Amino acid sequence: MRDNNNSPINQKINIKKITNLPGFSSFTSALMAIVLGLIFGFFVMLAAAPANAVAGFRYVLMGGLGRIGDVFYFATPILMTGLAVGFAFKMGLFNIGASGQYTMGMFFALYVGFMWDLPGAMQWIAAIIAGMVGGMLWGLIPGIFKALMNVNEVITSIMFNYIGMYLVDMLIQGNSVMYISTKTRTNYLPSTVQIPSLGIPGSNVNLGIIFAIIFGVILYIVLQKTTFGYELKATGFNKYAAEYAGMKGKTNIIITMAIAGGLAGLGGAFAILAPSAIAGSSMTYEPVNIIAANGFNGIAVALLGSAHPIGTIFSALFISYIQRGGTLASLVGYKPEIIDIVIAVIIYFSAFAMIMNHAAASFVKKRLGKVDKAADTFALQEDDPNNSEKGAE
Amino acid sequence: MDTVYYLIQNMLPVGIPLLLVALGGMFSERSGVVNIALEGIMLFGAFFGALFVYFVQKSGMGPQTILLLGMLVAAIAGLIYSLLLSFASVTMKANQVITGTSLNMLIPAVILLFSKMFFNSDGITTNMNFYIREIPVLGKLPVIGPMFFQRTYLTVMIGFVFLAIAIILLYKTRFGLRLMACGEHPHAADSVGINVHKMRYAGVSISGILGGIGGFFYSVGVMDGNVSGHSGVAGFGFLALAVMIFGQWKPVRIFLAAMFFAFLRTLAYSVSLIPFLADLGINQTYYKMLPYLATMVVLAFTSKRSRAPKAEGIPYDKSQR
Repeated sequence: MRDNNNSPINQKINIKKITNLPGFSSFTSALMAIVLGLIFGFFVMLAAAPANAVAGFRYVLMGGLGRIGDVFYFATPILMTGLAVGFAFKMGLFNIGASGQYTMGMFFALYVGFMWDLPGAMQWIAAIIAGMVGGMLWGLIPGIFKALMNVNEVITSIMFNYIGMYLVDMLIQGNSVMYISTKTRTNYLPSTVQIPSLGIPGSNVNLGIIFAIIFGVILYIVLQKTTFGYELKATGFNKYAAEYAGMKGKTNIIITMAIAGGLAGLGGAFAILAPSAIAGSSMTYEPVNIIAANGFNGIAVALLGSAHPIGTIFSALFISYIQRGGTLASLVGYKPEIIDIVIAVIIYFSAFAMIMNHAAASFVKKRLGKVDKAADTFALQEDDPNNSEKGAE
Repeated sequence: MDTVYYLIQNMLPVGIPLLLVALGGMFSERSGVVNIALEGIMLFGAFFGALFVYFVQKSGMGPQTILLLGMLVAAIAGLIYSLLLSFASVTMKANQVITGTSLNMLIPAVILLFSKMFFNSDGITTNMNFYIREIPVLGKLPVIGPMFFQRTYLTVMIGFVFLAIAIILLYKTRFGLRLMACGEHPHAADSVGINVHKMRYAGVSISGILGGIGGFFYSVGVMDGNVSGHSGVAGFGFLALAVMIFGQWKPVRIFLAAMFFAFLRTLAYSVSLIPFLADLGINQTYYKMLPYLATMVVLAFTSKRSRAPKAEGIPYDKSQR
């Protein structure tokens, strides 16, 4: 590659190399969707209250900067649920049940936090692991239903969102140690069960975000460097071909859903075990028969991050960032829901931004005289694993 | 017998929205588009229906007239909202699940923003009474009278009319047969001159109309005519998807599935009124879980032979023919 920089043929290859980097195309399409979403949000603000639109929009864009600690703190649970959704998406499974898995994880963490008595730091570590187990259990069930009985995982996981929510609310209300009926909330967790804070003033940001990012990196390695990850992606591309090649699709479905559930369960554990700035208090849970919103936010996070673990880390931080800005926009009279609108519009556009990108990419390829028929694969997936490795460099 | 009448009277206003929305999902999927946005479409229809009721409730029109007009408004709203899905998934060939999810996320936020800014609440509250104590003549019939024509809503009767229309439209018209062809094998349909894009737009639009009406009927029959951005339609759009799969994409089976689910749900909320169940002393939460668990069990036994439309979820690309 040293001496042929001048050759036109190799220049073409270089262009192709850049446009073929999977990270490049997901990144540009995400960026395009974000810009379109923000512009739409600005118009909504203009329509709602024209006089304050510019000031409000500035809060949305810049507000998060002053609260970096909170950005990381609120990113923790949605990063985990985002990883849970994205990981299953890699296999072509739509895990809409992250909410139920999240709630289950939270319950298991609470249970261990209240009912077990372990020395020192063991206690919060045990509670986190319990949360993971709880989520895994709730992810395992849709996996088994899908693999053994061919039940659509979207339906199963929606059903188990409701079953999990009712079950957890009932179990919490029936436990007098965990639940204070006069406050209709759970009791304060002892401080030994809370995850150590990172000590950033004015924020509850804790070790959870570090763990969450580590999990993202681990997932990336699992997907790119292990046989299991390869099989998983192969099944996602074409399950019949994967089956033909001798991959155990059914076992992989169950394992994938269990892992996804465990990730969402960790999200629930990180959320409920977070330390509180006020001494003697903690996060609490109110059993009011509502499906956890963080599970659904995880879907947005995963979709914006193209279901790529590293992309998911950044998209979780981004969504948390503009959510912080959105809460600040209420200072000039806007409601925080404006951000949910912006996020939904971003996801909507990101669905075709990928298509536009595909169109642009195939245009470039055509100009290079190369007709590539591989451009029609599932838009969320990346190119083959070899390319992804190059992309990481 | 009174208990049976009571359960059926309460089951129908819950089951009819489910039926309509599931029929909508059926039309969309039969044309080849997975419509996961039903939840959002329902809420959009319910919102505009309730908004319409809110503005005309003092005009002196009869409640049933307002209901019919509100239904029309909800249908148009649902249709318009569903165009966002068909534009993205048919014209732009975007991923249907992602698009649907984004449309589901958008509406609760819009309603909350709008209601908080203009009504200072989480939704729209109307005080219109659509309840019908007894329909003249028909309500006097033995057995059928108390089941279907007493203590009910007009929505129930309209629901049955829509079911009949849906069956005829799908199986007995050229349009319905072509629609099904587009969901099974769009390339073959295209090769004999059917415009697949048009048919898919039609399928999604029908699901928008039925979804919007279903949402409005949910707000009338379950929420007393109110709409809230927080609780939305309580997952009924997703449940309708389950009902549709449970009903194997066939109208009559969808009807039975919707009623099965609605019956269990009604049972769960009226345990204390049924002496036999109240005496068992089981925590009421178990009954609330029952509809979901029962659906899971039924799906587990029926899904092995599940026959989804073959081409659903795959954007149609002419060049691959």
